[in-house]
Amino acid sequence: MMPFSSADLFLILPELLIITAACIVFVLDPVLRTSDKDGLVWLSLGTLAVCMGLTASQIQAPATIFSGLVVIDAYGAFWKLLLYFVTGLTILLSHSYLKEERLYFGEYYGFVLLSLVGMMVMVSSSDLLTLYLGTELMSLSLYVMAGLKRSEPRSLEASAKYFVLGAFSSGILLYGISLLYGATGSTRLPEIAAAISSRNLDDPLLLFATILLTVGFGFKLAVVPFHMWTPDVYQGAPTSVTAFMAVAAKAASFGAFLRVFIEGLGGLKANWSAMFLILCLATLILGNILALVQINVKRMLAYSSIAHAGYALVGVVATGHMGNSSGIASVLLYLSLYAFMTFGAFAIVAMLRKGGIEGDNIEDFTGLAKRHPVAALLMLIFMVSLAGIPPTAGFIGKLYVFMSAVEAGLPWLAAVALIFAVISAYYYLRLVMVMYMREPSDLSSTSPRMVMSPSLSIVLACAVAGVVIFGIYPNPLVNFAIQAVSALK
Amino acid sequence: MTIPISYYLILSAIVFFTGVMGVLIRRNIIAILLSVELMLNATNINFVAFSHHLQDLGGQVFVFFALTVAAAEVAVGLAIIIALHRSRSTINVEEFNLLKW
Repeated sequence: MMPFSSADLFLILPELLIITAACIVFVLDPVLRTSDKDGLVWLSLGTLAVCMGLTASQIQAPATIFSGLVVIDAYGAFWKLLLYFVTGLTILLSHSYLKEERLYFGEYYGFVLLSLVGMMVMVSSSDLLTLYLGTELMSLSLYVMAGLKRSEPRSLEASAKYFVLGAFSSGILLYGISLLYGATGSTRLPEIAAAISSRNLDDPLLLFATILLTVGFGFKLAVVPFHMWTPDVYQGAPTSVTAFMAVAAKAASFGAFLRVFIEGLGGLKANWSAMFLILCLATLILGNILALVQINVKRMLAYSSIAHAGYALVGVVATGHMGNSSGIASVLLYLSLYAFMTFGAFAIVAMLRKGGIEGDNIEDFTGLAKRHPVAALLMLIFMVSLAGIPPTAGFIGKLYVFMSAVEAGLPWLAAVALIFAVISAYYYLRLVMVMYMREPSDLSSTSPRMVMSPSLSIVLACAVAGVVIFGIYPNPLVNFAIQAVSALK
Repeated sequence: MTIPISYYLILSAIVFFTGVMGVLIRRNIIAILLSVELMLNATNINFVAFSHHLQDLGGQVFVFFALTVAAAEVAVGLAIIIALHRSRSTINVEEFNLLKW
């Protein structure tokens, strides 16, 4: 048992600062006038900027703190930097979106920050206890955020569905953790790995625990067949929250999942890679096929996000198959590039208004190119990138994932994923077709319009810059991903 | 005389699967919430049994955290259910059908 040292507290300063900022937001919210609540936005953004600097300085100095509960390394820093960035964009998008929806809840920003802390704990946990606490902190905040539009029954229904399935999956995850604890005698990832390497791999307790952990994480990652909550929740939740869930929650869940399965259960690779191969194929097939028939853009993007989790799993299967780390690096790269394009697409959906409510059906995009050429062009770039057409970020992400599958001796898996990428182009480009090829039906006051604001412009500029720049010059991100993965034991 | 660990594991498995079946079968959202609690408490039985068997306190510490998180989860869940009941006047999950493809 290592003694507690106050130096440990300095290493988790980013988490502490964000929790403090969240508490300040919660306390100030009821006493501030509605017109003064913009201050909470700037407070949250300022905290994120400071934490970004602190985390960037931790990349080179790995440390295990709090007697092995938390680990600070380049891998955690990669995800944390991505999460700060996405959270910053979420706050900026919400700033204009919440005004448009007339939701003057300052505590919204507090929940965003608390959820971020949960995600940060998840990606830097080296013990299943901290992993569980981080997951729950993230999920509990997201349940509340999904139901924040209290006047709208869809939002509440989304929140309730998310809560029931989220709590159910947490129960399964926790049961898996308890069995793993019984089988290996510890909840620390390095000790679990040591216990697994020193014993017979056919232990039924160990295998059952692995299956339960896979199911538990399957819900969080929204892979088929544990995806059924995703379309409902993504459609019903306020769009700024949907963007946050689709990007940040997915990234954090992948971050935690990879750490557990590589660092902790790395000795069982042969067992879990077969399981993930099935999940990966099911996700690619069902995610893409069901996206084809959607008429609601948010629902279509939900199925698209399921399908993208499938592409990311290709990299996981490649690593499980061969044991080299290039598969994991490609997953990190894929999810960070996915963040830019998905967030951008949701930002456009959020701000397309049809007489006071969101215009989130595909018909609402009819003739957008005539009415708002810039918005249509940006949506075109995001859709092309989601479809994986060069020279965009989406292409680079898919290229690296497919390359890792080929390197691992699974060229057929890369081919299947490629076929479904081609199929996916149909539903992404259908939206482009609707925007560019069709005339707007009427130009009356009820026709959908884009609401532009300075903060939305910043969000869209950041998203499109990421898609274009990393599409042409991905090297810095690739190198950072490789460096991050080399920190995994 | 000591009770072998397998007894505890069988008990917790029974409780856990009762919870799982409850979530899948029951249509009242409060009953579903109770079933989730059963699942979490089955986990706690496991942790304490293993902790005693392995002579390691880590499992019992885990139970404290699991209990606390379960309490927080119920608070958030009930709040959502109350908000839902106010707007829909029902807590039957079959009637939550606004979101479908």
